[in-house]
Parts: sequence; structure tokens; C-alpha cells
Amino acid sequence: MISPLEARYYRQRVPLLWWARRRSYAVFMLRELSSLFVALFVVELLLLVRAVADGAPAYQDFLDAMANPAVIVVNGVALAFVLLHAVTFANLTPRAMVVRIRGRRVPPRAVLAGVYLGWLLVTAFLAWLVVG
Amino acid sequence: MLEQIMLRVARYRPDEEDTEPAYADYDVPLRPDWAVLDGLNYIKDELDGTLSYRWSCRMGICGSCGMMVNGDPKLTCATFLSDLAPGPVRIGPLANFPVIRDLVVDLTDFMHKLGRVKPWLIREEEQPVEEGEYLQTPAQLDDFKQFSMCINCMLCYAACPVYGLDSDFVGPAAIALAQRYNLDSRDEGDRTRLTILAQPEGVWDCTFVGECSAACPKGVDPAGAIQQAKLAAAQEAVKSLLLPWRSQ
Repeated sequence: MISPLEARYYRQRVPLLWWARRRSYAVFMLRELSSLFVALFVVELLLLVRAVADGAPAYQDFLDAMANPAVIVVNGVALAFVLLHAVTFANLTPRAMVVRIRGRRVPPRAVLAGVYLGWLLVTAFLAWLVVG
Repeated sequence: MLEQIMLRVARYRPDEEDTEPAYADYDVPLRPDWAVLDGLNYIKDELDGTLSYRWSCRMGICGSCGMMVNGDPKLTCATFLSDLAPGPVRIGPLANFPVIRDLVVDLTDFMHKLGRVKPWLIREEEQPVEEGEYLQTPAQLDDFKQFSMCINCMLCYAACPVYGLDSDFVGPAAIALAQRYNLDSRDEGDRTRLTILAQPEGVWDCTFVGECSAACPKGVDPAGAIQQAKLAAAQEAVKSLLLPWRSQ
């Protein structure tokens, strides 16, 4: 039940294109959109695993499909979005996580450096696994 | 003659049958030491006494003069006209709140939410007064001090699109204050607060736009507080799954 005074309030509405009004809102929406591309990479990875399991011809078919210029363009765009996703996620870590060593709070910059170092190590390991 | 700057101010007078805010232009002196609030006071005193807005301390403490200045949520006492020259400067009521009149918004919704997160020290058993106060080290104080700087100015709610789209969201300042008490070494109420914070309209509604922290004039970082509360809620959920007897 609202009072007569409340009935005369002006209720502000969020415009449909609220995210286009400010750069930070637009970047946020791009980050939300990036989840779709993360999902795309997961699907491609699963298809790769299935192709490998199905033998050499299936694997070759998979490679041919991935070499299609349209697929390369889509994957290029997807890579940009996944990097945006990963970088913004990593940058959030020191704000979400208070790390303590021997009761002392680790400075946020050190936590962030640790995240990027971990990312680098995992990337180097995967690169060694694939190329080496 | 003093230089002038135009303030384009939202006017909403339901008693005069206004159905939506309209902007009115006022020329005020552009003095180097004047904040937007000084301009509004000039309008009120010299040009149009019917203008309504809230203010009190003029020094960024009371948190009552928050408004939208050129589309950004700002404390009008801490936003200087000279930084906005040559103008015009568009001044509106805080976004995402119902407007009562002109630049005055209704904060009842926040007041209810603030009470729900129980922003006070909760003890399982109160220590007798004779035993003295609950002691705390400077390091323990540092754990939550940042989150205790909130002045309830509501700029974070005006900056938060999630709150604008879904007013059930508990919101940045209330969650930051809940986290302030959760981190207080004297408090034992974190699991009580979790029953409110771990709801869908609690921390999980937040999609980390991060604008609440950008808007905060006191450096509270409510977005950080919400993510920390999310982590605590997730840890508690995993613990109660693995150690169900512990959560009794």
C-alpha cells in the first residue's frame, strides 16, 4: 500500500541503451558478451577431443574445418574477447581475495603479479606440451 | 562583473501537477571557490526559493548532497564549478531512486536494506561490562577500516545499473557495511548476515560492473567488498557441503 505522497513520486527508469551512455558500462557489456566466446572455445576444444578420439581422418577433417577463413576470423574475434575476459577476471582477483602470509596481508599488487605469473607458467607449460 | 555559469537543474513539482522532471536554466556566478552546491544555494537564496535539495555539512562527511552532475553521481559539495566550466552544468536527482521533488529522492528502500544486513556488532554472548571493552589491535582495525568509511551518500546506488534494473538487489553500500562488520574481530555475526547476503538478491545479483567503487567519494570500494562477500559465501557453501555437521 503506497501513501498519496509516494503515489506522486517520479519513478526513474533505466533506459534500454543504458550501457551505451558510458565507456565503462560498454566495456562491462563487452565483458558479459565475452562469456559466449569462452563457451565457443570450450565447444571447439570438445570437438577437438572427439576428433582425436575418432582417429587420424577425423582429426584431419577437424583441422580442415578450422582452416576455413571464416572460422579463423571468428576464432580471431573470439580470442580477443577471451583475452578481455581473462584480463578483467585476473585484475579482479586482488579486490576479491585478501591473501595473508604469516598473518600479514599481501599487497594487492603482489597478488596480481602472482595471478599473472601463474597464468604465464600454465601458458608456457601448454606451449611446451603442444609445440615441444 | 563576475563570470557566470549556467546550471541546468531538474525541477519536479508534483504539487503543481508536473508529471515528469523538466530542466530549468539558472545563471550563477562562476567563483573559483564555489562547488556545485554553492551554485544551488545561490539559486535558492537569490533566484528561486522554491528549489528543493538536500545538503548539510558542505565537507563530504554527511553524505546528503549527492546528485547527478552532468550524468555522473557526485557529492555536489565536492564538485567545483570551475572544473565544469564553461557549462552548462546539468544537475539532476540521484539516478535509480524515486524522486519526491526537484533534487530530493526517497531513500526508504536503502534504509530497509541497511537494517536487513544487521550493520552492528553481533555477539553470541555479550561480555559483562565489568570485563571492559572488546580490545582490537591496529592490524585488526585495518582489516575493515576502509569499508567503515561509508557515509551513506548513495552515489554507489545511483551508479549501479543492477540496482537500477532490479531494485530487490541489496546493493553496494549495504553489502559493504555488512562486510565491514563481518571482518570486525569483535563481531560473531557473519553467518547470520550470510543468510541475507547469500540470497540471489544479495551478493549474487552483483555482476561486477565496478561503477559503485568508481563513484564512491570515500574510497570504500564496495565492489571489492561484494566480491569478498561472494568468496566467503562460496567457501561457507562448500564447507557446509563437505562438513554438514559443522553448519549446525
